[in-house]
Amino acid sequence: MDRKQILISVLAAFCMYGTAEAQRIKGSDTLLPLTQELAEEYLSEYPEGEVIVTGGGTGVGLAALPEKTTDIAMASRRIKFSEKMKFAEISLDAKEVIVAYDALAVVVNPSNPVDSLTREQLEAIFRGKITNWKEVGGEDRKIVVYSRETSSGTYEFFKESVLDNKNYMSSILSMPATGAIIQSVRQTKGAIGYIGLAYLNRYVKALAVSYDSGAHYAFPSVESAADGSYPIVRPLYYYYDATREALVRPFISFALSPQGQKSVLEQGFVPVK
Amino acid sequence: MKRFLEKAVKWLLTASGFVTSLVILLIIGFLFTEGAGLFREHVIEDGYVLALNSENPVRELSAADIKAVFDEDVTNWQEFGGPDLAIETFRLEDADDYFTEEQLGPQYENAGTLIASLVGSRPGMVAFVPESMIPDGARLNFIEDNTISPGEVFAGAEWFPTATPAPLFGMWPLLAGTLWVSLFAILFALPFGISIAVYMAEVASEKVRNILKPIIELLNGIPSVVYGFFGLIVIVPLLQQVFGLPVGESGLAGSIVLAIMALPTIVTVAEDAMRNCPRSLREASLALGATKWQTISRVVIPSSMSGIASGVVLGIGRAVGETMAVLMVTGNAAVVPTSILEPLRTIPATIAAELGEAPAGGAHYQSLFLLGVILFFITFIINLSVEYISSRSKAQNN
Repeated sequence: MDRKQILISVLAAFCMYGTAEAQRIKGSDTLLPLTQELAEEYLSEYPEGEVIVTGGGTGVGLAALPEKTTDIAMASRRIKFSEKMKFAEISLDAKEVIVAYDALAVVVNPSNPVDSLTREQLEAIFRGKITNWKEVGGEDRKIVVYSRETSSGTYEFFKESVLDNKNYMSSILSMPATGAIIQSVRQTKGAIGYIGLAYLNRYVKALAVSYDSGAHYAFPSVESAADGSYPIVRPLYYYYDATREALVRPFISFALSPQGQKSVLEQGFVPVK
Repeated sequence: MKRFLEKAVKWLLTASGFVTSLVILLIIGFLFTEGAGLFREHVIEDGYVLALNSENPVRELSAADIKAVFDEDVTNWQEFGGPDLAIETFRLEDADDYFTEEQLGPQYENAGTLIASLVGSRPGMVAFVPESMIPDGARLNFIEDNTISPGEVFAGAEWFPTATPAPLFGMWPLLAGTLWVSLFAILFALPFGISIAVYMAEVASEKVRNILKPIIELLNGIPSVVYGFFGLIVIVPLLQQVFGLPVGESGLAGSIVLAIMALPTIVTVAEDAMRNCPRSLREASLALGATKWQTISRVVIPSSMSGIASGVVLGIGRAVGETMAVLMVTGNAAVVPTSILEPLRTIPATIAAELGEAPAGGAHYQSLFLLGVILFFITFIINLSVEYISSRSKAQNN
């Protein structure tokens, strides 16, 4: 893995010297490992191509697109209205491609009898309005709410999707990594937290979630995320300048090809098709 | 030749002393300038305004008020001295719910006027929009955008550095958490540390000492992330079971881990101080008929007080500034701690967890530097007080 990365950077450095135009991809750290994997496979298929992948966050990638310092911007959220306005100012027509989906699972301790929650209940729990499991049909036990640190993209997405852009309660426990959330939920009986679908294991129990006040519940899985029945799913995007489509098309086609989508699945994301 | 060499060495020593001091001063200066920048930032996110209907008389909202409005915790303008009107919030992201793509225009050139007229037609609406989008001459009122006040920062009880429209930088919970967890760490480490030091310096045989000392010094070399990992896997579940807590990540877990980490420093320094206690004092005490224990408690410990105190300070310094282990076991909930069995959040853990993603130069970034300044002052005050204590005990001895 590391060696391949070095190889890519070396290749990238060569490209700088060469005349051929390299494809520069920048943006979301969520998409970074997946895109690196795709780039490696792409390069072994098409050795004449050049791809440079860097992270920095969704905002950084989308800011680089109008400045023409990247060819593809990786984004773990949809482009914001304010960013669209910036593109519009310089008449940049940005094309959007969904390369994969990322589902978030809400997890509790395996001993917890609660199996399902609605979005409204989740919002109340993460905002501290519901503090005991018996209020949502569980045992008489205090709810211990785990969240990621503010720097995490997962934190922002969960806030947007589940909390309707409201703030988490201030007494929420913030953990530095997904692994720490799993460890804590595993050893705390009243715990609830959220993790990426790829991290689900037998030590934590995933909840079925309903976004229509309890009419339909769905458990998180690759299938339910792909067919749209599981609601806490975010698409992961590539954005590019429509006038430069010819340059970026081969790589994007590769990412959407069956082979590319297989890597998507291997990296723990939900394939588009 | 020799004289030239001596001069060169002397010059080199002087230069390295000055350069080091200068670098330290520069670092402190940098901390202060970055941290002070926070008070020049505005409450509402840069480049944005909160627009109100022109009939709404409310002009001033604090950051906490703005958060309450956009979290829908406060839903009536009466709470802020306005008319009896329900509050409606509008964010740019909601534009799609109110207008169609055609209305907005292909380049969104109509967005500003549409939003202005929407806010103009709804008396209870407050809109969070970029300043540049509001058309000139729009008949709207705006919330006064004051700079962030020191009172809100140092006495504020809410830490929401990434909240929009108005982030909250209340540092009191973080400061209280840091002091609270360090205090308990020292309470645990001090009795243990001093008894180990007394044992090693006065009681243990040379053979035992030669085995124990390297082991205790080894503790100092273990990376703090390993302590954190140990704490998360072992201490946290243990506390949860022993005290029947709903959550094991707590200040207590943090202070136990910190106490273990501070122990070697306290032991090493205190033991060295006791062993350096003049032989004449010890012999004089024994000659007067004092027992071994009396000699230790009345002569050896008082005479090595300044050494013990500096060991304690170095221990506190390690506890206050420790980042990784605390980040992993205290749960990082930004609330003012009321008991040691609750989760809390410390200043170093906050800086470590948030600096990576805080946009350079923004209010969040500057607030983290300000936290660094606070940390600097805590250790500075501890240092000063110990200098004072040890100088007083020296004066008494003389």
